Amino acid sequence: MTPLAAFLIVAALVFAIGFAISLTRRNAILVLIGIELMLNAANLNLIAFWRFGPYPEALTGMMFAIFSIAVAAAEAAVGLGLVIAYHRQSKTTDLDAMTRMKG
Amino acid sequence: MIFGLSIIFILTSILTVAGALAAALLKNLVHCALSLTVTFAGLALLYLQLDAQFAGFSQILVYIGAVAILVVFAILLTRGSGIPEYRNFSTSWFAGLAIAAGIFALLAWAVLKSLPTSVASAAPQVTVQQIGLALMSSYVLPLEIVAVLLTVALIGAVIVAMPESRDPKSNSTQGGAE
Repeated sequence: MTPLAAFLIVAALVFAIGFAISLTRRNAILVLIGIELMLNAANLNLIAFWRFGPYPEALTGMMFAIFSIAVAAAEAAVGLGLVIAYHRQSKTTDLDAMTRMKG
Repeated sequence: MIFGLSIIFILTSILTVAGALAAALLKNLVHCALSLTVTFAGLALLYLQLDAQFAGFSQILVYIGAVAILVVFAILLTRGSGIPEYRNFSTSWFAGLAIAAGIFALLAWAVLKSLPTSVASAAPQVTVQQIGLALMSSYVLPLEIVAVLLTVALIGAVIVAMPESRDPKSNSTQGGAE
């Protein structure tokens, strides 16, 4: 197995676990955790392709990963803020009990 | 060397995947958040092995320093730690698990089938100075957009999470949504 394939397999595993978390868990915060894991797997793919690509001096994949980290941080802040606001309204974080978004 | 992979890579990838699995399976939400931190640290170690030092340390700063703390705060603010009062997994958990396993099988099959047997090139010499120059020259427009996005997202998150004031005057001014 080449190193690139090994990194891609690890990223695919982390992506699949994050996807399984966001599909199966009932807590809204854990669904956000699953989304974070999926974004991290994508970042690992970007950096692995940058490192083993033909022109690593161009810095393109690394820049993509850095911007992706920044956008993921913004997404986490907004998502957790929404969960806290919902919990203040209806005192639950259970996704099966979240049937309406209007307060 | 096992299967042409270094021992350090195998150990860090086992750490990363084990942290993600623990986050998926543990009952206590705080334990889930802490194992998520282990996963973030393992990914940072993988970035360091890929000679992406700046991305690795940004990962530690942003994810372990900010996102994990934010997740712990959200858990403690919403329900606190302890065993939840409802079941952990949704009723259609088997379908979700099957879809996730299918996606992993598809990705792994595609990776193993399609990649050429490439050899690793020499490690690129990337300094932080080069990254800073690239951010200030060719990537300056994305940098500005990300700066605006972060400002808007953080102000929006604070406004969304802020408790609504009980003042009837402010309720009448923002009562258009009712």
